Amino acid sequence: MAILQNKLRPFKAARYVGLAGFVVLAACVGFGQTANSCLDCHSALPDPLAVSQEKFSQDIHAQKGLTCASCHGGDSTSDDPDKAMSRKAGWKGKTNRKQIPELCGSCHSDPAYIRQFNPSLRTDQLGQYRTSVHGKRLAAGDAKVAVCTDCHSVHDLRAPSDPRSTVNPVNVASTCSRCHSDAGYMKGYSIPTDQSAKYSTSVHHEALAVRGDLSAPTCTTCHGNHGAAPPGVDRVQNVCSNCHAFQSQMYEKSSHKEAFQAASLPGCVVCHSNHGISHPTDAKLGTGPEAVCMKCHSPGDACDQARAGLLSDLGRLDEAIKTAGRILAVAESSGMEVSEARLAQSQAQDSLTKARVTIHSFRKDLVDQDIHAGLDIAAKNLQAGQKAMVERNYRRGGLGMSIVAIGIVLAGLWLYIKKIES
Amino acid sequence: MATSDRGMIDPRDQLSVHRRKVVEVLLGSGFLATAAAFVYPVLRYLVPPKPSDLGSDSVVAGRVGELKPNSGKVFRFGNRPGLLIRTASGEYRAMSATCTHLSCTVQYRDDLRQVWCACHNGKYDLNGRNISGPPPRPLEGFEVQVRGEEIFVRRRQEA
Amino acid sequence: MSPLAQVRNWLDERLEWDDLIAPLRKKAVPLHRLSYWYFLGGITLFLFVIQVLTGILLLLYYRPAASEAFESVQFIMTQVQFGWLIRSIHSWSANLMIFTAFAHMFSVLFLKAYRKPRELTWISGVILLFLVMGFGFSGYLLPWNTLAYFATKVGTEITGQVPVVGMPLMIFLRGGEEVTGATLTRFFGFHVAVLPGMATLLILMHLLLVQRLGISIPPKLEVQWSANPSAKREMKFFPNFLLRELMAWYVALGVLGALAALFPWNLGIKADPFVSAPAGIKPEWYFLFMFQTLKLIPPKAWFIDGEVLGVLAFGLVGLLWLLLPFFESDQSSRTKAWITGLAVFALVYMAGMSVYGHLAK
Repeated sequence: MAILQNKLRPFKAARYVGLAGFVVLAACVGFGQTANSCLDCHSALPDPLAVSQEKFSQDIHAQKGLTCASCHGGDSTSDDPDKAMSRKAGWKGKTNRKQIPELCGSCHSDPAYIRQFNPSLRTDQLGQYRTSVHGKRLAAGDAKVAVCTDCHSVHDLRAPSDPRSTVNPVNVASTCSRCHSDAGYMKGYSIPTDQSAKYSTSVHHEALAVRGDLSAPTCTTCHGNHGAAPPGVDRVQNVCSNCHAFQSQMYEKSSHKEAFQAASLPGCVVCHSNHGISHPTDAKLGTGPEAVCMKCHSPGDACDQARAGLLSDLGRLDEAIKTAGRILAVAESSGMEVSEARLAQSQAQDSLTKARVTIHSFRKDLVDQDIHAGLDIAAKNLQAGQKAMVERNYRRGGLGMSIVAIGIVLAGLWLYIKKIES
Repeated sequence: MATSDRGMIDPRDQLSVHRRKVVEVLLGSGFLATAAAFVYPVLRYLVPPKPSDLGSDSVVAGRVGELKPNSGKVFRFGNRPGLLIRTASGEYRAMSATCTHLSCTVQYRDDLRQVWCACHNGKYDLNGRNISGPPPRPLEGFEVQVRGEEIFVRRRQEA
Repeated sequence: MSPLAQVRNWLDERLEWDDLIAPLRKKAVPLHRLSYWYFLGGITLFLFVIQVLTGILLLLYYRPAASEAFESVQFIMTQVQFGWLIRSIHSWSANLMIFTAFAHMFSVLFLKAYRKPRELTWISGVILLFLVMGFGFSGYLLPWNTLAYFATKVGTEITGQVPVVGMPLMIFLRGGEEVTGATLTRFFGFHVAVLPGMATLLILMHLLLVQRLGISIPPKLEVQWSANPSAKREMKFFPNFLLRELMAWYVALGVLGALAALFPWNLGIKADPFVSAPAGIKPEWYFLFMFQTLKLIPPKAWFIDGEVLGVLAFGLVGLLWLLLPFFESDQSSRTKAWITGLAVFALVYMAGMSVYGHLAK
């Protein structure tokens, strides 16, 4: 190296250090290893120009046969930087952030082109993007908003199905929160930055990130991905109803739908919140800190009474199921067979779950139907448990009698022995 | 027997006769009681019980004529629920009724002609394949055999 | 003639009945401080008969196939009238029998009843003990629950460690390379046909020998009584000792019934080969001392694999146990002391290791 340095012209040293490295590399590794001379230099350059061969090999575009020139233009076969990055060769220069959507869209909105690679891949992303908050603000001149590369990454772009992809469902929340949880970055925008923090306490996050249930919602499920925007107050119910169809059906016919719509309240979010959706418990119907009814209703009015009635009914069914469960457990541990009743217990539990869903109709009579169905089943299970205990006691009684009979025999034998030996 | 001069029976002998009787009665009744206590359960054991589902392998899910076309019913299959469907064209299908998402019990929807899970709107086709919503896996399918008046359902046998 | 006398006459005319049972009338049991230990053999035999009877009853409903075994046992426990009783008695009696078999062996050991001329009785007895443990091992798998499945897996795996013959033996036992339904069928065959056949023959031989040779008298007493014959105290076997044994058997019946009713035998969960073994899996208590020993042996001792060493060691001990009577000649009191010492050590070791194995995680 020292010898080479002496021969180099000092003011071009910076550019040529890399080139020198390339010469050695080419000599060792062999030319033609990459028909991509860009990587040969850029793998040795520092950030933000750094793109390593290793990194780029993960990129799905590279795997499909595209090269640096496919997006950046230029000549990727030439080792000479001047030739490689010349306007004559088509080099587009450093890509401007505001031009990225168009750049990506130049292929990804062209159905004929994408069909060559994956005929079922959608090609409406750019159109959707333009309707999104990000797209609209970008068009208005705000370069801080997200563009394609912010979410999808660049140079190591992976398919969404790849668990390492930044847009894989399990990673979406952290990708969005890179900006949306950064209070400093988001200064000047009128939206909160606590969504991700709230979401990570939610049941949806637990399902997705902890249990690995990929059907659980993340940011893009409710907000859209390319056309990302909040659903709007009057559309929240539609979004939730995609999975929670039953609750939505109930709510649709309920008195609360009209009332919330009239007051421009965001439907489901009023009671369940949007990001920090916790597991709903009966406490929501109570009067404590988690209570939702009393946020609007006054204590003592008809609705409050109905609420109290619902709460006590649910509590009753829950208690009945637990009581039956306890006696079944005792019977089982005493060796009795109660698997039929155990199966019915899960049916009773289903009734309780259904009752809790029917609450969304806000009609006590409908909820009562489910409660009574559940109570019936729980009562039968309790009976089965009691029957099992009776059988158990019968067995112990039989045992007792046999022991007594054996005792008599032992006494008789003892006396007989005494007799024949006296 | 020893007799005194006065011809009376020695009370000790009377006691010994009495004692022998007690012993005999004790032994006899004891043996009888214990024999009964042993033989009774064995005899009842030998009488075969009703052939209700012996094991979860084969179960009577319903009777012919019980289900109208385009309807379904949940039945007990071992320790879990199963779903018996009679399609609109009249054939029977059976599958596990435990949703593969979060284990709720699914049901047959005659309006959709599909299997539906009320918990999170999951849908399966009539072969049990998960076609919409959260369920990650199909429902395990069972074999249906109609023998006489009864519809038998059992696990698919591997070749 | 009384009816009983008529029956006896009838039998005698055709079977020479009186001649046959004459030795029984003479049979006597030596009476001393430790005579109660003589009960143990009889109790083991009684429990074996219980096993055969309850086993035959279970056979009426049990199905020895992987897809049906567990369900059939569940059926017995829940649907068959008194099925729970028969099955629980069978399981409890099995454990009790193994315990009394070991106790019987140790009492014979300490009372030195294995000495000449009773070597064959001892050998048949030790083989019977091994058979009884084989009964326990094979029967344990039959309900086809998770615990049994993995216990069998581990147990047969250890068998496979024996050099040279280990693998073929393991494949023979398992009916293949892995524990499958084939293993279940095979174990069933062992449990209801092979082992009972062998056990019956050996029991007959064992009883015949006991009959022919009489009940052994402990050494010190033997010396005393041969010096002073009038000091000898005996009890006629029939009916005196037998009546007392009968009392013991009735007590055993009561204990079995109580255990079956108060602590019915567990059903467990159906075996699933694809589930990983539950943590801390242990064999039944009668194998614990061996299991715990194997766990304590370091992985490698010199150049030999630790487990192989353990298995070989136990094999060697078993062989020596079998041939014990031949090590003790009449005269040498040092060998006698050695053997007593070893017997005490063995008892303490087995008991201690079993407790340790039970308490260890």
